[in-house]
Amino acid sequence: MNLDELKKEIVKDENIVFKKTKNLIDTTLSYCPGCGHGVVHRLIMEVVEEMDIQDNVIGVAPVGCAVTAYDFLDIDMQQAAHGRAPAVATGIKRTMPDKYVFTYQGDGDLAAIGTGETIHACNRGENITIIFINNGIYGMTGGQMAPTTLRGMKSSTSPRGRDISREGYPLNITNLVAQLDGTYFVTRQAVHTPALVRKAKASIRKAFEYQKLNKGTSIVEIVSNCNSGWKLSPVDSIKFLEENMLPVYQLGDIKVPNEK
Amino acid sequence: MKGNEAIAEAAIRCGVDAYFGYPITPQSEIIEYLAAENPEATTGMVVLQAESETAAINMVYGAAGCGKKAMTSSSSPGISLKQEGISYLACAELPCLIVNVVRGGPGLGTIQPSQADYFQAVKGGGHGDYHIVVLAPSSVQEQYDFVKLSYDLAFKYRIPVMMLSDGAIGQMMEKVYLSDYIPRSTEKQPWAATGKTKDRQRNYITSLYLKTEAMENKNIALQAKYKNITDQEVRFEEIQTGDADYLLVAYGISSRICMKVIELARKSGIKLGMLRPITLWPFPTNRLAELSNQVKGMLSVELSSGQMVEDVRLAANGKVPVEFYGRMGGAVYTPSEVFDYFKSVFLK
Repeated sequence: MNLDELKKEIVKDENIVFKKTKNLIDTTLSYCPGCGHGVVHRLIMEVVEEMDIQDNVIGVAPVGCAVTAYDFLDIDMQQAAHGRAPAVATGIKRTMPDKYVFTYQGDGDLAAIGTGETIHACNRGENITIIFINNGIYGMTGGQMAPTTLRGMKSSTSPRGRDISREGYPLNITNLVAQLDGTYFVTRQAVHTPALVRKAKASIRKAFEYQKLNKGTSIVEIVSNCNSGWKLSPVDSIKFLEENMLPVYQLGDIKVPNEK
Repeated sequence: MKGNEAIAEAAIRCGVDAYFGYPITPQSEIIEYLAAENPEATTGMVVLQAESETAAINMVYGAAGCGKKAMTSSSSPGISLKQEGISYLACAELPCLIVNVVRGGPGLGTIQPSQADYFQAVKGGGHGDYHIVVLAPSSVQEQYDFVKLSYDLAFKYRIPVMMLSDGAIGQMMEKVYLSDYIPRSTEKQPWAATGKTKDRQRNYITSLYLKTEAMENKNIALQAKYKNITDQEVRFEEIQTGDADYLLVAYGISSRICMKVIELARKSGIKLGMLRPITLWPFPTNRLAELSNQVKGMLSVELSSGQMVEDVRLAANGKVPVEFYGRMGGAVYTPSEVFDYFKSVFLK
């Protein structure tokens, strides 16, 4: 019996209780083992499948590790310049108002170079979903300090630890945009335990569903790890995340719609 | 109507889907006119004031990536901010219209007319090996007509098109013949990101090619497209070149001033003509090369320190002397000033 036949024998359709969403392309992810990006990619595509909106969704990929997201997500996408995803998404949503539009951005993209685009898209209440991956570091360029890098946290551009007196404070941009009248749903989630994955997925689904209401911007921050950039093993990076990231970036809903 | 208003009116009548802009003198009438006309209620055209020129060009990118007719407008300092986006648009091969109503620079400069953004417009401006089509209107009517022409070229070749105007043409008032309304297109571009339907592969709009070979192939394809445009789309106007002994080369407001210079010269018995490039990229190199076999000298007249003159010299290739006359920083020459300079260099 060759391998394919063996697979068929073992993996019978009637035995499958859980499988990969069809909207995720069958290829190897380019992310480091232990990274949260793959989980979040999958959650978004599961939501797209469950809502059956594959032909009605347009994603915007950022600059950063997730720049190649369109190699993995089987949907129409646009790649934006660094930090400009909310502006690109504005152009899409304004001219294609019936589509579900989301951006996928990291902390450097959304909270440093793209701060202006982020705040103003939220302030206009663009009916888009922003998925914000906060791992406190620039992953793709090799572990430099990000606006969300923690106090005292080491990076290749803060090798002695982030010094508040010189580099300022970790920027809690999600709480900041929650203050704006244009945002409708703002939440902070994580994906490093199965329970958290389920909660994160529920939040992503809500964020997509709210686009139908035309009531404003939805933001789902995912506090994630970057074991390569943090120079930790995957397991240690999760420990670091729980002990150091979560006290600063506390999980939970920050702004929820006033639903009666 | 004002030159700037003509662009705005043309956008509405040409079925443009979206305008994204940011106020800056001397072109703010474009967004003001659109805001007052409120085409969203009639044609459905989106008009949105962005938080910055950077955001505006990226909104254009998003809309253009959906296959929509999108445009933005600005003036020199704002166009500098848009260069990042223009480079991305060029690589992602997105059709759109960018209007630059040029003012004096460098820096914040002045709000008076200038042509000092020629290099930025025709030689790239942003990073990487790319070109965009550059159209130079010389009247309010052309400001109007070139909106439609821009989209025809932009969609034919999937390339951004810039209308390189100046503070004088943008602000002057002239009669304009308006065309009939063209409804906004409902046609889906096969390459556009509009939501992946079951009958096709996913579309993604990108300027990222991480592998060297892929990036080189992308560049080779872009250059082949540019060659094709250079072969097909050169546009220019000739004024009294048939018997000309000398040639002026000027575009935009300078070409209007040079019309008067030709009059002055002809009255003095000097056979002066003019070539007015309408496309600054692709540049009318071949025609200028032909004319360099006929005339005794060329004078490039520009509101700059001498930018287009470099392309005129390349075209003439040393066959005839190519001289330059210009003013900078928002100052504009009079016809007699240009004529005096012409005489001083060619009729000593």
